[in-house]
Parts: sequence; structure tokens; C-alpha cells
Amino acid sequence: MNKVIEMKGITKIFPGTIANEDVNFDLLEGETHVLLGENGAGKTTLMNVLYGLYQPDKGDIYVDGKLEKILGPNHAIKLGIGMVHQHFMLVNNFSVAENIVLGLEPVKGIKLNLKKAIQDVRTLSEKYGFAIKPEDIIEDITVGQQQKVEILKALYRGAKVLILDEPTAVLTPQEINELGIIIKNLEKEGKSVILITHKLKEVMRMSDRVTILRRGKITGTIKTKETTMDQLAELMVGRKVNFTIDKKPQVVGTEMLRVENLIARDRRGINVVNGLSLTVNSGEILGVAGVDGNGQSEFVEVLTGLRKAQSGEISLYGKDIYGKTPRQISECGISHIPEDRQKRGLILNYSLFENSVLGLHRKSPFSKGMVMNYKAIREYCKKMIKDFDIRTPSDEVSASSLSGGNQQKLIAAREISKNPDLLIASQPTRGLDVGAIEYIHRRLVDERDKGKAVLLVSLELDEILALSDRIAVIFDGKIVAIMDRKDATETKLGILMAGGSLEESKEEVKNFE
Amino acid sequence: MNKLKNSILKGLKKIAYPVCAIIVAIFISVFFVIWAKEDSVFHYFSTLTDLFSVIWKGSFATKRQAFTTLEYITPLIFTGLANAIAFKTGLFNIGVEGQFMMGMLAAGIIGVIPGLNVFIHIPLMIIGGMLAGGVWGSIPGYLKAKLGINEVINSIMMNYIALNIINLLILRTAIGEQRKAATPIIQISAMIPRFNNLSRANIGIIIGIIFAIFVFWLLWKTTIGYELRAVGNNPQGAEYGGINIAKNMIIAMGLSGAIAGIGGALQVSGILHQVQNFVDLPGYGFDGIAVALLAKSNPIGCIFAAILFGTLNSSSKILQLNDIPKQIVYLIQAVVIIFIATDYIVKYFKEKKKKKVIVNG
Amino acid sequence: MDNITIIVALIAATLRMATPLIFAGLGGVFSEKSGVVNIGLEGIMVTGAFFAVYGTYATKNPFIGIVFAIVAGMAIASIHAFLCITMRADQVISGTAINLFGTAFASFMIMKVFHKGGQTDTVTSLPYKLPKFITNIPIIGNLVKDLNWFVIIALILVLVSSFVIYKTRLGLRIRAVGEHPAAADTMGINVYKVRYLCVILSGALAGLGGAALSIGITPVYREGMVSGRGFIALAAVIFGNWKPKGTMWACILFGFAEALQIKAQSFGLNLPQEVYAMFPYVLTMLVLVGFIGRTAPPAADGVAYEKGKR
Repeated sequence: MNKVIEMKGITKIFPGTIANEDVNFDLLEGETHVLLGENGAGKTTLMNVLYGLYQPDKGDIYVDGKLEKILGPNHAIKLGIGMVHQHFMLVNNFSVAENIVLGLEPVKGIKLNLKKAIQDVRTLSEKYGFAIKPEDIIEDITVGQQQKVEILKALYRGAKVLILDEPTAVLTPQEINELGIIIKNLEKEGKSVILITHKLKEVMRMSDRVTILRRGKITGTIKTKETTMDQLAELMVGRKVNFTIDKKPQVVGTEMLRVENLIARDRRGINVVNGLSLTVNSGEILGVAGVDGNGQSEFVEVLTGLRKAQSGEISLYGKDIYGKTPRQISECGISHIPEDRQKRGLILNYSLFENSVLGLHRKSPFSKGMVMNYKAIREYCKKMIKDFDIRTPSDEVSASSLSGGNQQKLIAAREISKNPDLLIASQPTRGLDVGAIEYIHRRLVDERDKGKAVLLVSLELDEILALSDRIAVIFDGKIVAIMDRKDATETKLGILMAGGSLEESKEEVKNFE
Repeated sequence: MNKLKNSILKGLKKIAYPVCAIIVAIFISVFFVIWAKEDSVFHYFSTLTDLFSVIWKGSFATKRQAFTTLEYITPLIFTGLANAIAFKTGLFNIGVEGQFMMGMLAAGIIGVIPGLNVFIHIPLMIIGGMLAGGVWGSIPGYLKAKLGINEVINSIMMNYIALNIINLLILRTAIGEQRKAATPIIQISAMIPRFNNLSRANIGIIIGIIFAIFVFWLLWKTTIGYELRAVGNNPQGAEYGGINIAKNMIIAMGLSGAIAGIGGALQVSGILHQVQNFVDLPGYGFDGIAVALLAKSNPIGCIFAAILFGTLNSSSKILQLNDIPKQIVYLIQAVVIIFIATDYIVKYFKEKKKKKVIVNG
Repeated sequence: MDNITIIVALIAATLRMATPLIFAGLGGVFSEKSGVVNIGLEGIMVTGAFFAVYGTYATKNPFIGIVFAIVAGMAIASIHAFLCITMRADQVISGTAINLFGTAFASFMIMKVFHKGGQTDTVTSLPYKLPKFITNIPIIGNLVKDLNWFVIIALILVLVSSFVIYKTRLGLRIRAVGEHPAAADTMGINVYKVRYLCVILSGALAGLGGAALSIGITPVYREGMVSGRGFIALAAVIFGNWKPKGTMWACILFGFAEALQIKAQSFGLNLPQEVYAMFPYVLTMLVLVGFIGRTAPPAADGVAYEKGKR
């Protein structure tokens, strides 16, 4: 069987990280090849290189055996490579047909020949077994159908190689089954498919081969028939020295936060938080593990008053805090380290000292009545800089001039210094260097030792395992499992995060342990 | 010593772009002057110096002219401040025009009340102007904050509504003197003292400077200013910090309108002494946009920018006498705004440099 | 005057007053459909109004005057296009700068060309002679007699614009660029080119609108004659849900508000002139409040597009 795509020695560097390091990847004709890895492993980067969105710093790409320099998406399309992005590139108020033919529209004189477009799309759609109506408007059809439209877009342009980026991330179980069938049909028609995913179940069901990426490097390329979910989990997550923190044994406290059956909708009316319930006790760190996009961000937004919920109960130490504004929630004793430090956590144009009291600016001693007391604010900020080891020439520079790590330290400093009863930390160490990570971890554990309740939401499994006393797994907007730290393993969590159940994989779990 | 040098350098950097914009605008305007005089391009340099000297002479040559120039500067301080407050909160209050006019109307009405002591009458005029302008500005502010309606279109509509309401009152009701198409001259007790009888310049300009300092204090030393600027810089970060975005938008527009209204009241109290029928929008507010943009919305900077544009406006008569169409003044102003509004040119090149580093690095 | 005559006169006045708004409104539709907010329509109308008069004055031919207006409008719009699309400047500030520049420039030119301030000389107006068989039609004939060429061109352009935007390949691409420029980009469409085209076209149309105001109604240019119509046109675009036909109806509504001012006497309604003058502006505000949320701009309207930003 010939290799339709061959990538040799691909290296791609971004400022601060090596996204792909000397990666070899090939695709055989008619196969479905999965690219597997955790968030940030480099899978999307590699495929963006193949699709011409990025240029590799080193390495070569061969299409059908011929060396090619892929200059951009249009060029990739001409070479027969099509990509279905994780975030769809569809015009919401256009019809399916209009979206598919955009850029290659059939015309009759100067008039757009929509009739022919619809006809062409219908023919194509039937050929591959898609149940798509060309006249439907994109915003009216389901996400699964929208994905089919994206696939049809590529096929309409004659793609022979299809790259699907996290295609099952937004699909329901039935739609995932449908996708499996579609992929089989595509293979029958001689197409080759690359699937980017982190979901182990789908890998086992849908692929012929799987290549695993970890931190930019390949850790293995295996035939799916010859491997198991746990072997893949191991190659994906890796055997690293588990970064353990010296933790005092937990002093079990009282129930601090109680969330019951929380439901919140997104703009499309879908329940993105779907009946979520959990509790956090004082003196503990509850880690919420989950793959990005399963509702954890929205959950935190509801908790902090930045998003309205549909229904449910939230109470802090018995006091109802459902539906309160951010300021009220802050005054109840909840602090929040947000996941997007530049968008939410800081006013980038403000100086450090101005940022250090964001949310506290109306309280004494930082202001008296209307007048701000900048002397007190600057002292407060200087103490924070010292206590939290924030590297900065002074407290006057604007927050935008700090490195990411120091920005995060400033935010953590501010939130921890508020002395909250509940500290919510969302991706608190995203994009930070080892030293900063250690530091933030230390401070989170300190808060827990002081008897505070800490809700840790993170995409990094290591972090969850290192810090948490209890671990909850979020999937599809719900908490699907809560367990004590001593009962949790990477494999178990990986399976739960991927939507599997421990019952089904009991055998694999037992064998692995 | 080093700290002083650093802050001077920082200060210079800040005004470098506005100053460059003015210089470029004047250079471009010289072409228009040459065209107007049907002169030759080779006389560019002499035309340039001519332009400068005429502007200078027209504004400051004699004592009388210098004081007259102050007349032109005074309203611009207020409208500049009004625009600056809105800009700082991320809003565009193009309605300063109408808010200023409503302030004028309020003063024109209050000023006619007889039998009041000057120490009561003048503050009353100012309060009247403040309320009139404040209400007029809060309306588009409210519509934007609560309903999300673009404040630019609404403010502009309110400018024209103000124009017509004022004309209606002056021409068709007892508020105006029928044959003069204006409100009656205000009481002496309502007139703010003038400096001398060389011109109509009055202590309103000092009030303006005081307000500039007040606005500076408000924006940088109070919780109100902290929140307004946060909303203008990053509304999402402000929301996270517990700041109520809608409330602050309304405050910004109301405050902006109030200051514009005070400016209008002082214009009547000190310079015009009455409100005349408006044929078209007078332009104080639009000039204020130029002032605020040039000053980069810094209240103290507004004083200097007001001096610049006030001087330009004041020299228009003299320009006319020298065969330079006074409209050159509006052109210079418009070109300055085009360049100021696009200090993105600087950002554009900065970004290009950054990208080069990433691609190569 | 009997009622029918009055109504016919009112309709004719409404159409005549609506026409400058319709042209500017169509300009707004094209610009915003591609994603660029054009607050500068006012300044472009001013420029167009002036140049229509100037062109007619210079060549004694009002048709050439119209051409002048269109070209001037396109020239000014290209400044706005450059600032907003290439330089990615704030579109509202750029539009305001265009407004001020257009007004200043027209002011300057009056002085230079006509050597007086405030308004130009009167120029030859656009001839409008219809064949007898049309004017002899009862009622309709009287109505059509009272219009001018601009009205007819405006109505035709509404239909043409509607066709282009919804039935041609170019229209599909314009709409895609305004809704989801990244998607259009990935399909090989040059977002910048499409936006430039639309903004410059909006300049041509707004310039034509200015011409309709000056030589179409009173063949003279007077400072302040545009008095906010560019902004009313924008409100009409919002009211008309960013569609040519909807915008036209909105403009007719606003034109009606203005026509009332002229024809009110004949109805026996004797409100002061200023009250009528306020109608269009108050109406605009009410319309905006009433229709907020019920009409939606193109999704990427007002947002500068940066290629490659993911």
C-alpha cells in the first residue's frame, strides 16, 4: 500500500515551546490513522503544518511520494488535502449548499445557480451516505450535521485526504456511531482519513493505526488491533515522576460549597452544564478533572456570577448564592483565579498596583468613600510582590509587561490575599514554567492547610493528582464520578474523562494495576 | 536624577505622536493653502511660514487679539473634557454638541431671572447647565447600557433634537424675544466677570482649568474613575472584578454631558449673554472631539489641545484678510483627527515588527 | 386643493425626500454587509452634494455634476477603507474623521470656487421631461410629474442591489465576508478585496445621495444642508435589517417625516416648523429602541479582519 502522506522530521517551534520535535508521520492509502495525545501534545500543530497553515521549521512533506512545500490552505486543497477544524468555519445563516459551494459557486450568466449547487450537494451527500438536506440553514441543524457539512466541503473540492480535528469532541454517542460509518464509507471510496483525538474509546473503534504524541515527540506508532486502551493511555500520559507535594494529612472540615443539579445553557440553547452536583469541604482541595469543552469553564463562570444559570442550587456554608453578582459573590468570601488571565484576571493597561486591588478597590483601606488611597494600595501591592516573589522592576509597570508566570502570580496573590473561605482556581498553572507552577501549587496547598476550601479545575491530570484530596471527573456537563485521591489512578481517570465507565473497563483497569 | 530623566522621557514619548500629527497635518494643509491662493508649489516653504506667522499674529499679536483667543479656547476645554471622559470609558459621546447647547439654553433661561445675588445666580447657571447637559447625555447612555443601542447614532439624533427644541423655544415661545430671534440678554448678576473690556474673555477659562484638574482627579484618584477606566480598558476584566458595566456607562455619559452643559452655560454667562437661534450645529462639540483625541483623553492635555484648536479658530478672521480661506482651519483640524485616530499606524508597524520576530525566532 | 391632490403631492414629496436617504442607505448596506461600519456616510454625502453642484457649475451639465459627485464619494470612501481595512483603525473614529474632513473640504472649496461663504451659486438643475402619455395618466401621471430622475434611479438601484446581494456569486461572497471572514478566507476568498470594493461602492452611492440632495432638490449647495441624513440612513439600515428593500422602506418612512414639514400647511396642521423638523430624528430614536434585538447586523460587522489570527 502506498503512502499518500509522509511527514519526515517535522519540527515546529513557537516562542517559548517546541510544538513538534522531529516528528515522523505517514498515512497509507485507504486507512484511518489516529493522532493521539493530551491537550497541548502538538497534534493540531502537526496537522496545521500539513494543511499549510504553518510552515515547519525543519522537515519535509511528501504527497503521493512527491516532495511538496505546502504554502497555504488553498494549496493544500489543490493537493487533495482537506481539513475539518475543531471550530467549524461555517456561515451560520447560510444554507448547507451555500456554505459548501462558497468560493467555487456554479453560475448561470451573472446569476448564482443555487439550483445546481443544491443538486450537486445532494448527489455528493447521497454518495457518501450523509443524510443532509442542502437547503437547511446551518444554525438550524445539529452539530453532528454541521460536521458532515464541513466534511462535504472538503469532498466537494476533491479531497483525497481528510483531516478531522477532534471530531467527536462535540458529538452525542449516536452521532459518534454515525461518524464511524461515514469514515468507513469514505475508506471504501478510496479516501484516507487522519483523526486527531484524545478519546481512547474512539481510537479503538475507528482506527487502523494510531500514532501517539507526547509533548511534541512521537512515543509510538501502532496498529490498533495490536494494542489496548491502557497501553495507549500509558503512551499518552506517560510515566513521569509524579510531582508530589509535601502535604499534611487532611483535616476534614465542614461542608463549604454545595452545588445541586446546576443547569446552564449556551447561546445555542444546549445545556452546557447539565445537572451538575458536587460539594467542597473546608480544609480540602477538590480537583475537577476533565477534557476541555465538557462544561467546566461554564460551571466556574456560573459559580463566580459571570454567567446566568437556568436552574439549580448553589450555597456557601448554607447561604444561598445562586444568581448573585460577581461583587456579591466576592463579598461572600469566594475568590477566583480565572482561566484566562488576560481577558478576565487583569486589566492589562493598568499598573500592577491598580490590578492588585481589582475587586477590592471599594474597601478600606484602599479607598475611603470615593477617594482611592493609593499609598495604602501600593504598600499592599509591594507586600504582595515580595510575598509571592513576583519578578518585576516596580509596582508601577503595566500588567502587560509582566511574563505570563508573573501575571498569574499576581492574580493568585491578589485572590489568596483576600482571605477567602472558598478559593476557585481555574487552570491556575496554564502556560507557566516549572518554578511558577511549584510556587502556585505550594500556595494552594497552604490555603488548604489553613482550613480553606479549594476548588481546583484543571486540564492537567498530573496537577489534579498531585494536589487533590478528592477528585471529581466532569464529562458532558455532569460530574460522572467522585473519588478519594487514594482510589484514583491515571488510567481510571483517563477512562472516565473520555466518557467511558469503570465497569466496562474493569478488566483493563485490574490488569494495569 | 535618573528618575526625573526617565519621567521626562516618558512624557515626551507620550506627546511625540500627537505633536507629529499636528506637524504633518499642517504640512498637508499648506498644500491646500497653496491651492486656495493659486500659488505655485515652489513657494511651499514661504507659504508654510506665512501660514504660521498669520496664525500667530491673528491670535496673539495684540493684547486684544490674545484675549479674544481666550474666548475661543474656553468652550473647547469643556467639550474636550466631555469627550475625554467618554473615550476613557470606551464610549464615543458625539452628542457633546447637543449637551453643550442644552447647557446654553438652561443658562439663557436661568440668566433672565431678576433679583438674584450674583453669588447665587452664577452658581445657579452652572448647576442648570450641568443638569441640562447631564440629562441630555444620560439618555443615550442609558439606551446603550441597558439596551445595547449604539450611542453614536442616538447622540447625533439628540443633537438635532436639541437644536430644534431650542429654536422652537426661542422663536415660538415667550422664552425668546420675537424680533431678535434670541433669548433676552441675561441679568448682570448672571454675567461671569470678564477680564477686561478688550474682549469677552472671562474667568470661565479658569473654571475650565479647574474642571480639567477635577476630571483628572476623578479619573485617577477616585473609585469612580478607577471603575470607568477599567470598563474602557477591558470590560470583561472589569466585570470579573465586580464592576457594574451598565452603571458605569451611564455615569460616564451623564458626567460627560454635565461638563458639556457647564461649558454651554458658561459660554452664555461669559461670552454670548444670550442664546440665539441656531441655523446649524455650532460645532463646539465636534471641536471637542479633536481636542480629546489630540490630548489622548488626558484632561490636562485637553487644556493644551484646546489652546491649539482655539488658536486656530481665533485666527480665522485674520487668515481671511490674508487671502487664506478660513476654512483652512477646519481642514487642519480634520487632517489632525485622521492622523490621530490612526495612531494605529504606529501600532501597525509595531505589530509588523513583532510578527517578524516570531517568524524568524 | 382636494384630498387626492394633497395625498399625491405628499407621496411625491416623500419620495423626493427619501431618495438621498435611499442612496446613502444602500451604501450603508453594502459596506456593512461586508463587515465595515461606515459612520462617514454623512461626510461622503456632504462631499457628493458639493461636488455635484461644483461639477454642474464647471461644465454647465448636471449629468457631469452627478459623475463628479460619485467620483468624489469614491475618493473619500477609499480613505475610510484604507484606514479601516488595511490599518485596522477604529471604524467609528475613522468615520468621524471622514465626516469632519468632508465638511471642512466642502467648506473650503465653496470659498475657493465661489468666493463666498455659506453656500454656492445656484446651478442648472437636472432636466426632467416626461413624455405626455405618462403625465396624462390620471393621478399616477401627476405623481410621476412631481418626481425627478434621482427618485427613479434610486428605486431601480434598490432592485439591482437586492439582486446583486442575494442572487449573484459576488453577493454570496460579500455576505460570507461580513458574517464569518475566517470561513470565507479558508475558502479562498480575498476578504480585503471584497471589503474595499464594498466600502468604495458605498462611497459612490452616498456621493450620489448627496447629489440627489443638492441638485436633485434645490440646485445649490448650502452648508449644513445634509444635517444628519447620513446618520438617519444608518438608522434606516438597522431598521431595514441590513437589506436593500427593507432599508428603502425605512428611508421612505423617514422621508415621510420630512415631507410632512413641507406639506403640513395643506393638511391644516399648523405645528411650528421646528416640531416637524424634529420628526425624523425622534422617529429614528424610537425606531432604534423598538427594533433593538429584532434585527441583526452581519456577525463580523465592525470588526477588523486579521488574516491568520486564529
